[in-house]
Amino acid sequence: MFRDPSFYRALREKVVPYLRTYPSLKVWIPGCATGEEVYSLAILLREEGLLDHTLIYATDIYPEALRKAEAGIYQLERIADFSKAYCEAGGRASLSDYYTAGYNAAVFDKSLRAGVLFSDHSLATDSVFAEVQLITCRNVLIYFDRVLQDRAVSLFRDSLCRKGFLGLGAKETLTFSIHAAEFAEFVRDEKIYQRR
Amino acid sequence: MMATLTPPAEHQAPAAILVGGSAGAIEVVALLLGALPVDFATPIVVLVHLPRNRPSALAAALGGKCKLALREPLDKEPLAPSTVYLAPSNYHLLIDPGPSFALSVDEPVNFSRPSIDVLFQSAADVLGPRCAGIIVSGANPDGARGLQAIQVAGGRVAIQDPDDAAQAAMPEAALALCPNAQVLSAEEISQWVQQPCTWQTSGKGAR
Repeated sequence: MFRDPSFYRALREKVVPYLRTYPSLKVWIPGCATGEEVYSLAILLREEGLLDHTLIYATDIYPEALRKAEAGIYQLERIADFSKAYCEAGGRASLSDYYTAGYNAAVFDKSLRAGVLFSDHSLATDSVFAEVQLITCRNVLIYFDRVLQDRAVSLFRDSLCRKGFLGLGAKETLTFSIHAAEFAEFVRDEKIYQRR
Repeated sequence: MMATLTPPAEHQAPAAILVGGSAGAIEVVALLLGALPVDFATPIVVLVHLPRNRPSALAAALGGKCKLALREPLDKEPLAPSTVYLAPSNYHLLIDPGPSFALSVDEPVNFSRPSIDVLFQSAADVLGPRCAGIIVSGANPDGARGLQAIQVAGGRVAIQDPDDAAQAAMPEAALALCPNAQVLSAEEISQWVQQPCTWQTSGKGAR
């Protein structure tokens, strides 16, 4: 969780002020895998007072990954790294406030996912299903070739409201995308873009 | 259009030179990069094992020593001439057709992410004889199979002399799989990369 803490810090400090201006929020996490990014974002949004009126779409193509994401159970040995990253990301409390440890695992508070819809969706074959204000899709596009990346980014563009935000992984970029001109760099170093 | 004659692979400029190392490698890489002239065209890709979850300080450490542009590549970034690329920490780095870079967060290979085997094997697949691989000092066997893949694909391979390396395990592992590789001191490696005409194609194609 909170992989690349500086990304989450930038979300908190630079993007959240914009998200606050919406009466209700929709967020899409495509390629959510086993859910680390979902819980990271849910915790951040709760601490910023936004989670109660946010709907998060967490999608992936692997049913098994989605089941794990929904369960929100992680090996206890990973929690030390998660906690450190949470603090570096500007966490306002202690990560332990959000999970219960037992049997060598940590179970995250189910209220974090009360507003999360876990669902099957393929960036390769499926289409737009909602209008959202924020998409975070980190270290998913690196597995796609240019053609598939362009398709995925066109879905992101069509799903985002005007001036909506797109967060990519630290080494991912829209620079080489045919859709580059449709987005503005919002936090350049953190690969956070804003739809034009 | 008239057909153009393509020179045989061993006479073409290489598309990339790849350097892999671990413990004790930074000094060798610094020597190599420091010796390169500002007009050195072939892209160089450097992969040195570093602690994970820490932004790579390598660029800062090597940047001052090198006259060429030096940076960590982004996903799908095309390889550009006169540029040194440093593998970012905590990602596997691969060469894609283009050639361009690709990254992955798959499980570590040889306990390493980035793994030299992953980089070198992808380069062997994509560039074949048009790449050169170099294994320098290191304390783990990562890179040996990758170097072998480059050799099998017809690329040029060199290994830092285990006696010259701060840590011999990585060069020795590479040498065990690529006994025909050029064995060079750190000094000689920095000369070797600048003189592609002296490069020997390895294995059966050795001249």
